Amino acid sequence: MNLKELYQEIILDHGKNPRNLGKFENFNKDAKGHNPLCGDKVHLFLKLDEYKNVKDISFEGEGCAISMASASIMTDLMKGKSEKEAKEIIHKFLDMIKEKDDINTNLLEEDEKTKLMSLGGVKNYPMRVKCATLSWHALSSALDDFQKDVTTE
Amino acid sequence: MKIENIKKEFPIFNNKIENNDLVYLDSANSSQKPLVVVDRIYDFYTKEFSNIGRSVHYLAVAATNLYENTRTAVQKYINAKDKNEIVFTKGATEAINLVASTFGQKYLNEGDEIIITELEHHSNYVPWHYLRKNKGIKINFAEIDEHGDVSLESIEKQITSKTKMIALTHLSNVTGAILPIKEITELAHSKGIPVLVDGCQSAPHMKMDMQDLNCDFYAISCHKMYGPTGLGVLYAKKKWLDDLPPYQGGGGMINEVKKNDISYGELPNKFEAGTMATAQVIAFNESINFLNKIGINNLINHENDLLNYGEEVLRKNNFVKLIGNPKKKGAVLSFTIDGIHPHDIATILDEDGVAIRAGHHCCQILHEKLGLTASARASLGVYNTRDDLDKLNESINNCKKIFNK
Repeated sequence: MNLKELYQEIILDHGKNPRNLGKFENFNKDAKGHNPLCGDKVHLFLKLDEYKNVKDISFEGEGCAISMASASIMTDLMKGKSEKEAKEIIHKFLDMIKEKDDINTNLLEEDEKTKLMSLGGVKNYPMRVKCATLSWHALSSALDDFQKDVTTE
Repeated sequence: MKIENIKKEFPIFNNKIENNDLVYLDSANSSQKPLVVVDRIYDFYTKEFSNIGRSVHYLAVAATNLYENTRTAVQKYINAKDKNEIVFTKGATEAINLVASTFGQKYLNEGDEIIITELEHHSNYVPWHYLRKNKGIKINFAEIDEHGDVSLESIEKQITSKTKMIALTHLSNVTGAILPIKEITELAHSKGIPVLVDGCQSAPHMKMDMQDLNCDFYAISCHKMYGPTGLGVLYAKKKWLDDLPPYQGGGGMINEVKKNDISYGELPNKFEAGTMATAQVIAFNESINFLNKIGINNLINHENDLLNYGEEVLRKNNFVKLIGNPKKKGAVLSFTIDGIHPHDIATILDEDGVAIRAGHHCCQILHEKLGLTASARASLGVYNTRDDLDKLNESINNCKKIFNK
């Protein structure tokens, strides 16, 4: 895929009208992501229930269509996932963005995979890979923080 | 040398970039290199290479002479009084760090103030921030006006009895504002304050005259002046270079080294420790030759025409917002498009072979003031043509179409 094909309907739609945008009440974890090179910012809010399932997730941020679309699609598909599942999806997504041709997991529906694959065009553009992965790294850091809290209890 | 045919002097334009002719509009970031400069590096390494200033064999002496010839060429190009007022550095960043560090060490104490402007590139802010952290100095920002300009009055407002240095850009890499350096220097000197000028953006586009500007320090980036990377120039008045302590210690900058004491070398060696970017310095002489052959007035006329034409063309699109409308403007067209992030603009333009920069351009303070996180910037070089700006415009319209679908 060349980069222009990247700007297809899915990305433009999520980029222009991001889902799950804005802080919500009662989040119990959050993490910030910042790309110092371009100034893109994302602040991720997460509520994990007592079984460590994603009860709610949202983000605030400013950035390009790629980073906004990525955060939008990610927050959509993480709802209801367990912490373990969320981590596996993050792992598979980052693998795909960096090198793999596909997302190999049965944790996602086909249409969810299609949406994520539409971000795959950034693969060969290191400057844009960071746009696509910013919110995912923020989620990863929010989850790790939670785990740390849990283990100290 | 005819300016209309100047693209031919730059081999990069002979190649297709991803199947497109290159429309290079990122010269404020770094300029392309004419063949004479590339060839000079090749010739030096293949036929004339030696380290300079140390050995007495033929090649060492010849290389030393070539290296010093560039110093003289720079002196003439910027009309400095003395060739020892030219110090080679690894870049303009190092030039500013050199001054901040040595001047700070000798003259700045807790509570002292320096003035910079909201236009500054990070390289003319961060080195002073170190002094804020280490020495407790205060940094005051001269504010921009609504046109993205900094006036003499704006500087004057920040001057107090504690002001020890004014450090500011000559030409903003975002708004294109050309600051009245001569007037600012006159005012500063009347209060006993030295002036450092970040000349990264001005040196490739304006007539350089250090004796007329009368500033104390002037930092130049050679890779923005059709020269090699890894090289900058610090111009400093001789009295400062005599007065300030050395910046880095090492070979080549010493006079005598004993177990209990060290004395330092004469200018310019005092500030050029270690093996310098010899090939780059020698090749930079060709950049200056190249600029001299074009003629600074021809260059200025050509780039002014492009700037005016570019503004005119972009203004026809009501969705494009140009950033900065200063009294005197040079070589940059920064803009935003409603609803399209600058990174997306740059990526889509890139697909058409149009190379621009998007981001904060190392000016986060300025972007915050302008209420932006990022902007898109097309910047000009001597090789650009009206045709390039038409292609820019076409590609911007294409970008708008993609986002509107």
